[in-house]
Amino acid sequence: MKKALSLVLAAAMAFSFAACGGSTSTAGTSAAGSSGTASTGAASAGTSTGSASGAAIKIGGIGPLTGGAAIYGNAVMNGAKLAVEEINAQGGLQFELNFQDDENDSEKALNAYNTLKDWGMQVLLGTVTTQPCLTIAPETASDNIFLLTPSASATEVIQEDNAFQVCFTDPNQGVASADYIADNGLATKIAIIYDSSDAYSSGIREKFVEEAAAKGLEIVADEAFTSDNKTDFSVQVQKAKSSGAELVFLPIYYSEANLIIQEMNRQGCTAQVFGCDGLDGLLTIDGADTSLFEGVMLLTPFAADAQDEKTQNFVAKYQEQFGDIPNQFAADAYDGVYAILAACEQAGVTADMDASTICDMLKGAMPQITLDGLTGDGMKWEATGEVNKAPRAVKIVNGAYSAM
Amino acid sequence: MEFLSYLINGISLGSVYAIIALGYTMVYGIAKMLNFAHGDVIMVGSYIVFIAVNQMGLPPLVAIVLSMAVCTVLGIVIERFAYKPLRGASSLAVLITAIGVSYLLQNLALLIWGADPKSFTSVVGIPPLHLAGGQLVISGETIVTIVVGAIIMAGLIFFVNNTKMGRAMLAVSEDKGAAQLMGINVNSTIAMTFAIGSALAAVAGVLLCSAYPTLQPTTGAMPGIKAFTAAVFGGIGSIPGAFVGGILLGIIEIMSKAYISTQLADAIVFAVLIIVLLVRPTGLMGKKISEKV
Amino acid sequence: MNSLKTMKKSTRSNLVTYGIVIGFYVVMQLLVSGGMLSNSMQGMLVPICTYVVLAVSLNLTVGILGELSLGHAGFMSAGAFSGAVFWVIAGVNMPAPLGLALAMLIGGVVAGVFGFVIGIPVLRLRGDYLAIVTLAFGEIIKNVLNAIYLGWDSNGLHFSLSDSAALNLEEGGEVIINGAIGITGMKKASTFTAGIILVLLTLFVVLNLVNSRAGRAIMSIRDNRIAAEATGINVTKYKLMAFITSAFLAGMAGVLYALNMSALAARKFDYNTSILVLVFVVLGGIGNIRGSIIAAAVLYVLPEMLRGLNDYRMLIYAIILIVVMIFNQSPQVVAWRAQVWEKLSTIGFFQKLAKLKKQSKGEA
Repeated sequence: MKKALSLVLAAAMAFSFAACGGSTSTAGTSAAGSSGTASTGAASAGTSTGSASGAAIKIGGIGPLTGGAAIYGNAVMNGAKLAVEEINAQGGLQFELNFQDDENDSEKALNAYNTLKDWGMQVLLGTVTTQPCLTIAPETASDNIFLLTPSASATEVIQEDNAFQVCFTDPNQGVASADYIADNGLATKIAIIYDSSDAYSSGIREKFVEEAAAKGLEIVADEAFTSDNKTDFSVQVQKAKSSGAELVFLPIYYSEANLIIQEMNRQGCTAQVFGCDGLDGLLTIDGADTSLFEGVMLLTPFAADAQDEKTQNFVAKYQEQFGDIPNQFAADAYDGVYAILAACEQAGVTADMDASTICDMLKGAMPQITLDGLTGDGMKWEATGEVNKAPRAVKIVNGAYSAM
Repeated sequence: MEFLSYLINGISLGSVYAIIALGYTMVYGIAKMLNFAHGDVIMVGSYIVFIAVNQMGLPPLVAIVLSMAVCTVLGIVIERFAYKPLRGASSLAVLITAIGVSYLLQNLALLIWGADPKSFTSVVGIPPLHLAGGQLVISGETIVTIVVGAIIMAGLIFFVNNTKMGRAMLAVSEDKGAAQLMGINVNSTIAMTFAIGSALAAVAGVLLCSAYPTLQPTTGAMPGIKAFTAAVFGGIGSIPGAFVGGILLGIIEIMSKAYISTQLADAIVFAVLIIVLLVRPTGLMGKKISEKV
Repeated sequence: MNSLKTMKKSTRSNLVTYGIVIGFYVVMQLLVSGGMLSNSMQGMLVPICTYVVLAVSLNLTVGILGELSLGHAGFMSAGAFSGAVFWVIAGVNMPAPLGLALAMLIGGVVAGVFGFVIGIPVLRLRGDYLAIVTLAFGEIIKNVLNAIYLGWDSNGLHFSLSDSAALNLEEGGEVIINGAIGITGMKKASTFTAGIILVLLTLFVVLNLVNSRAGRAIMSIRDNRIAAEATGINVTKYKLMAFITSAFLAGMAGVLYALNMSALAARKFDYNTSILVLVFVVLGGIGNIRGSIIAAAVLYVLPEMLRGLNDYRMLIYAIILIVVMIFNQSPQVVAWRAQVWEKLSTIGFFQKLAKLKKQSKGEA
């Protein structure tokens, strides 16, 4: 019977290779991915308009849509989708978006990248998470495809000159946080709780520690956790508490921060909480008791309840389509698509150019553009790929952000 | 005082592991299969309670009963369609199928409830216990988890040893063929085991998420592996072993976090497990396997 | 033709296995040179080789030795990291094939040493206890690798478990392993040809071992340990032999995997990867080497083929996994399949097939 099975499997393999080899550019073209939430038939407009007119610039996206990091990938996909829809509705340059899942895994990201190349991707918006991006960025450099990552924040990501970031780099945030705490005299004794298995978190923490020493801040507790062990924070919080820290620095994402803050409350730890852009999203966690987050401070470029028209528009549309309040990832992606648009217009890119030409033109155009986006006014890019925008320090007061 | 505080934290974590491990060991002991999907049934149970309490506004107790009912049905359905066809096949085949079921549940949850983490509101209404002038805090969740865990353990021991169905389960676990000859319906006995195991998973899910209030489609995966480790630690198949193994595992984990390294805590936990198994190859309370020649 | 018939059955079967691999290589190379192969497919060639080697080597432990291992990714990572460190320090400056070969050798040896160290205590355990201990070892290796910082300057290697600042590197020193971020900016070295050579080498080692005196001793331990012991077989020695060989090959596969990408992180090597390889082995048929090869290739490509299904991709994959498992292993379904086969074989065309099948059954 094993023979029969291997026969069947061999046939399946032959079939799959044939299908794979034959359909180089047709397979998965319309795979712009619908959202996992209760969007009512919100088929991505990017796909439909793009393929209809036939003259759209093909933007590929890569990020985790399934698995433990799915929240970030889905946010980026939805944010980008919204921007593409708006841009296409305006007329002018048309975009087509194809977003592929990488499960937050480098190997799958590479497969996704190759799939997108088969589709005819001209510009890459991604990857969402840092680890896969470290694998993909060198690939794009050797293929000469323009890369703009909304949220992969390690400096290694933008080593090559074709790679740009929408988010802050990790060292920037670490330094800015330490400076802010020291300059405003928030505290002198500081405890850090960070995710040592995450590039974002350990990157910020490393620079924070350096800068804190330079600014005369004392690190009284420096506790790590790992992605396999991120539900029980009793030890880390207790160490922070017994070290007499006046402020707990959390360079992590909001779902873990929620647990840490609840644990602090449980143990009666009254230190202030200070975080980076990863904490944005705390207030929108489904079912969370937001009264616990009173007084939490964070440096974030985006706030979903900001009063400016642009943000309110974005939030309203996002909620209508995807049923959730957008977080900073969605905003970064939205800005990323507009940055690509601005650079394309600046350089005069049209849809019939090949990826390599577009890459060369966009490389030159990126440092020239200025973008008023959701995550900052007057955003500018260095030729190195780093973004210049001012981090805003906000404090949670009465369940909403207020400027500090 | 610090040490005592860590100890309490350890027991608190351990009691959650213990309650998950009880479900694991129950299914393993009788059906002789590693149900890797157990952690994901826990996740489903937690989502049901979350939806029932936060969106439908049901009282927590009703929500828990509802969740137990859903999980019981889910457990029976999984057993009927995924595991039962493989009865008589190699145990590895069932293991792989269980992994398939685990992927299935996680991805279904992702599609239905989305990837955003939900903040679970504790269903435990008991205020924390303050000892030694407020220096030691024992949370209500810890107390409830330990008490519920002990009740479940006692209940399971009583059920298995003193009821007709329980004894049928024991017989099936000893020798399926002989049990069948004695007039025991093996299929329904195993289905019953899954029903009980899954109902326990619902309870475990509620307590897990009350103690560590975050809920994602992958919430069940790591606690599931840890609890499985705990069950092996205590001697898989042994009901008191699972309880003791869970508590010990929690204490070891917290102590190695507190005194050695928060980063390497998992490595230390697994190292202790290996050492224990080398000294006692069938776990702390496992039955010795006698070999037939 | 005559010599083919007089050949030993096992030899003939092995030749077919080698033939499949070489045939696959030739077809793929032809497609590539003809520009018929998509980027996506080309990108998957090296990973396919990696997983084939992993599946075959795990089959040695699970199928031939009969012990369930859930920590294969641990050996893979031990090999991947040691090979990659060698590659970054020294291999880059060598001619690519030599550097790659040496890196693989080093990766294999390191993984083999791990296999030895882990095997001695672990192989005393049985069944599910062995499985959980191998799982534990895999997780320990991953957890420790996640915390390792390794740097390199003119004074040699520097090592730390806290952070890269603690390495105290000199001016111009280079951080090689940066904790959880791992190794970044590596020059890629793995090629499809190298992958196929590794697959052939693996097959050569495993098939020869299985058909040797040692292999028969190992299988006798699987079938009845006590009887094997009674006939004077050194159980520990042969168990270790199989286990170390398996680890060695997994380590080499790890290097192939690592040098196929420019970044390497420990997080990849968790129990999910171990289980994925186990899925290949079980679906291909436990103990069936050829089955492992085919199952690894097909199942690796499958999720990629499902990309068009978007959100439902992993869901469908899970369902396929369950259905195939039941179709393949359920006693009732197997019996039903035999019945259907019987009925079909009354029809002319199928009679021929049935005849062929009977022949091949006689071989096996």
